[in-house]
Amino acid sequence: MKKSFIIIMMLTLMLTLLLVGCGKKAAPAQKTDSVKPIKIALVTDVGGVNDQSFNQSAWEGLSRAQKDLGIKASYIESKQDADYMPNLETLYDSKNDLIWGIGFKMADRVLEAAKQNPNQKYAIIDFSYGDKTPSNVIGVLFKEQEASFLVGYIAGKMSKTGKIGFVGGMDVPVIHRFQYGFDAGVLYANPKAKIYEQYAESFTDAAKGKAIANQMYKNGADIVFHAAGGVGDGVIEAAKEKNLWAIGVDRDQSDLAPNNVLTSAMKRVDNAIYDVAKKMKNGEFDGGKTLTYGLKDGGVDIAPTTKKHVPQSILDEVSKIKADIISGKITTPSSKDAFNKWKKNYLK
Amino acid sequence: MLNNIALIIGVTLMYSTPLIFTALGGVVSEKSGVVNIGLEGMMVIGAFIAATVGYYSGNPWLAFLAGGLAGAFFGLLHAIASVSFSADQVVSGIAINFLGPGVALFLSRIFFNGATMTKSIDLDNKMPRLLNGIFHKDSFLYYILDNQYATTYIAFILVFVIWYILKKTVLGLRLKAVGEHPAAADTLGINVFKIRYLAVITSGFLAGLGGATLSISVVSNFRPTLVSGQGFIALAAMIFGKWKPVGAMLACLLFGLAQGLVVFLGQFQIQIPSQFLNMLPYILTLIVLVAFVGKSVAPLADGIPYEKEQKH
Repeated sequence: MKKSFIIIMMLTLMLTLLLVGCGKKAAPAQKTDSVKPIKIALVTDVGGVNDQSFNQSAWEGLSRAQKDLGIKASYIESKQDADYMPNLETLYDSKNDLIWGIGFKMADRVLEAAKQNPNQKYAIIDFSYGDKTPSNVIGVLFKEQEASFLVGYIAGKMSKTGKIGFVGGMDVPVIHRFQYGFDAGVLYANPKAKIYEQYAESFTDAAKGKAIANQMYKNGADIVFHAAGGVGDGVIEAAKEKNLWAIGVDRDQSDLAPNNVLTSAMKRVDNAIYDVAKKMKNGEFDGGKTLTYGLKDGGVDIAPTTKKHVPQSILDEVSKIKADIISGKITTPSSKDAFNKWKKNYLK
Repeated sequence: MLNNIALIIGVTLMYSTPLIFTALGGVVSEKSGVVNIGLEGMMVIGAFIAATVGYYSGNPWLAFLAGGLAGAFFGLLHAIASVSFSADQVVSGIAINFLGPGVALFLSRIFFNGATMTKSIDLDNKMPRLLNGIFHKDSFLYYILDNQYATTYIAFILVFVIWYILKKTVLGLRLKAVGEHPAAADTLGINVFKIRYLAVITSGFLAGLGGATLSISVVSNFRPTLVSGQGFIALAAMIFGKWKPVGAMLACLLFGLAQGLVVFLGQFQIQIPSQFLNMLPYILTLIVLVAFVGKSVAPLADGIPYEKEQKH
């Protein structure tokens, strides 16, 4: 009796270990030119390469570079924060020309690796080391405020009650860029609009997102924008239940509630990764610098599904504003101070 | 003002429901003398399976049940390790907590074309919202019960059911006997192993229902961060509630209420950093625990594997 139990236990355990272990795989290498191809690899953060968010986007960009530019792409997934360093080392040992860290959580580890291996090139998404960037590292940031400004403008125009909500994940600079860009966009469309703002202090607590959104809807808001990761699932769910609008973030979140997601402020990590690969192919590397991608270079944008719910007249205005942001005619605030200054300039 | 109070109560109910299911699971297992810190892992697998079955079948009840059964299966693993093999119950529980998310992730990639997130379930295919549309909009009860799913009511019914079983039935008495003094129970002819198996599997089933509540009532899809720690909060609520069904329920409600207050207070632009505001549920729990609840005592044989005496 006991023996058979042991066997069952062992088998179950082995099977699970096997299954769990299958997650990691390197992409097949293709297209070997006569010249040695450039090798670029990335380390995902704990989201993994199919997170339907920026890790996935990053890998899509690198895959596209592999197809179009003939570079050699591969990735390693991190299962926990402690995996970052070993993964960076593994990629160093496999002689890559450039190693990407995806996400600000990896900032310290990438810096450490870059100092240890000064001849190895590194790059990181969503982080800037500022003046202290080592010459073998590129930091990549996005102008989230530009896409947020556009979705804010849409919200300001589409709101029937003139009340609009913003749910933030945590009170940190990257979320401020979403928040103040959005606020400015709303007021640009409707200077009299009332904006409710609240932070969940979490990126995972969906129930809290739902509670906050419900409260905003109760107070009369009819559109709520979130920049809060998993918390946003709750925000979108609340919109679905009340049949009101939510605005998605990072990717086109229309699939979560096709009838209730008005638009999304998208971050195109793939375009940034592709751009850096293209430059490397041409022999350029902006080591020691921080690159910032915005509307101009396709680093951020609004979701393609926006046209489903937003009337053409508003879409036309949006494309005009987009052109004005790119040309610098309209500025978009990325912090509270910038927002207050912005208000003085644009709202009379 | 009244409507604000109603909204806070509504948030409390939504927040507490998954915790109540899971904490009840904790009570049943620990009453029989098996520590179950694997609640978190059982919740994760329950949430994932419910979201998947719900998406593919379109039947919320089937999904809910499947979530429970997935949790029960993990409960079975925990029982095999900790009851049959007298393994350290904490270690086995931790293993379950690793196993839950791992298996969920793996299966998600198979069923959803490589994605770590399941696809969203339509509102019509979610749990029914029993009392929606009955109350006049802007009435007190409207704000409490609007968009409350059937799972909320089931949770409270289950509290009563578990209380009744533990308090009034032979099975409940045997379960408690096994948790307090297994050797004595054994000499009276109670099958300690059988009772403990039953308890731990039931515990997994309830935790699975808790997870399912998150993925098919609170939201309509699963993502790996959905549960993030709620299993541990339920575990704390159970201890806080002195290993009793009603106590655990009250602890869950208190925690939910604190979250409701945070959400309510957060709407005003008060000069408290939101980080501090969001500590409220945990601080409140600590204060109530220290000031009002007093010492809580676990079942005597909780965490101790039972082995029949060997013949000398």
